[in-house]
Amino acid sequence: SRLLAGSVRLSRRPFSTATEVSAATTTNADAGFMESWKKVDMVIIPATTGQMGVLPGHVPTIAELKPGILSVHEGNDVTKYFLSSGFAFIHANSVADVIAVEAVPVDHIDPSLVQKGLTDFTQKLSSATTELDKAEAQIGVDIHSALNAALSG
Amino acid sequence: LNYLAWVGREQAPLGVRSISTQIVRNRMKSVKNIQKITKAMKMVAASKLRAIQVKAENSRGIWQPFTALLGDNPSVDVKKNVIITVSSDKGLCGGINSTSVKMSKALQKLTSGPEKQSTYVILGEKAKAQFIRDSKNNIELCITELQRNPLNYTQVSVLADDILKNVEYDALRIVFNKFHSVVSFPPTVATVLSPETVERESESGGILGELDSYEIEGGETKGEILQNLAEFQFSCVMFNAVLENACSEQGARMSAMDSSSRNAGEMLDRLTLTYNRTRQASITTELIEIISGASALKG
Repeated sequence: SRLLAGSVRLSRRPFSTATEVSAATTTNADAGFMESWKKVDMVIIPATTGQMGVLPGHVPTIAELKPGILSVHEGNDVTKYFLSSGFAFIHANSVADVIAVEAVPVDHIDPSLVQKGLTDFTQKLSSATTELDKAEAQIGVDIHSALNAALSG
Repeated sequence: LNYLAWVGREQAPLGVRSISTQIVRNRMKSVKNIQKITKAMKMVAASKLRAIQVKAENSRGIWQPFTALLGDNPSVDVKKNVIITVSSDKGLCGGINSTSVKMSKALQKLTSGPEKQSTYVILGEKAKAQFIRDSKNNIELCITELQRNPLNYTQVSVLADDILKNVEYDALRIVFNKFHSVVSFPPTVATVLSPETVERESESGGILGELDSYEIEGGETKGEILQNLAEFQFSCVMFNAVLENACSEQGARMSAMDSSSRNAGEMLDRLTLTYNRTRQASITTELIEIISGASALKG
């Protein structure tokens, strides 16, 4: 799977029923950057407190993100990106930004690699001795289970 | 009988004194070689620039959301300033490293005073060489060989983590050359504030004053979120700074090598004229000697 470092900007006009999204993704491998402004209806971000839906008129918020899916709803179309964690700022002046360390469209993820990663890290977690090893293995397990959930959900 | 002898690299009748074109010829050869080398270096720099320019321009979007949230506060007045100077490892890139160092030193003077201190973190060999001479006591950390592998975010985030672990700061000021175009790369300062400073400044209004109106989603305390935010902001800003500086380095090298080739070309023209003059003078001398000898024989 190719992993991308990403930044997604959402922009809303006050009193409108549509949310504008500027999607900006950077590939870590070759640092390409695509920015496109789209008018969308809703965005669901994976905050640490759970999936959060952002609609026009949302209160200004700073949200910390956990690994999970960012889904962009535009009418009947839904585009899903897997984020590896980051931050989301929802501003009062009709601009909202989502910045992720890595972001990849869900259809770019390879399921077999995800399964393999999950089993590897679960095994590492059970055999880990030091705190550092445990922490690293735990992070791996978290990300891969989120990836797994993303693929199946 | 006409005995010939070797005079320099040419053969001339024995006994003839020639002005030597040897020296001029050697100089011409070496200048021509230099011209070829600098032309090649310019081409290499141009191709490297093309590759990295795309990355740098794309990475600008990474720190913009932070500035939208927190604003840019270069004039903030804090006790502990850390100035991070980004420079190149290799030379022959014009004056970009000197301008960065000059700006860093000026910043240091501006931000120090009674109860205030500022220290340096240096990235790159060239700045290290310049700082070690007079500011050795103020240097906290030196990091070199950034560009051994192509620059990527992972490497920079590890670097940022290293820096944050080793320095205490209220404000981080990153000095780098921002890439505007191939001929324009002015030194720029990007300011990242520590979470405590952000809290303090939010009380005085401005963009930061709006910070309180934001709800915090994260389940942890506001302090922890701000801490994570500051670290993330720092690594994003560093990523962009390092890429922009690399672009500026290649651009500066292109123009330095270009002016060098042009200089070599002019030098070559002047030397060619000197060579021709010397050669003609020696031919004229030869002719004069022969003719005066012949006329002496005729009587």
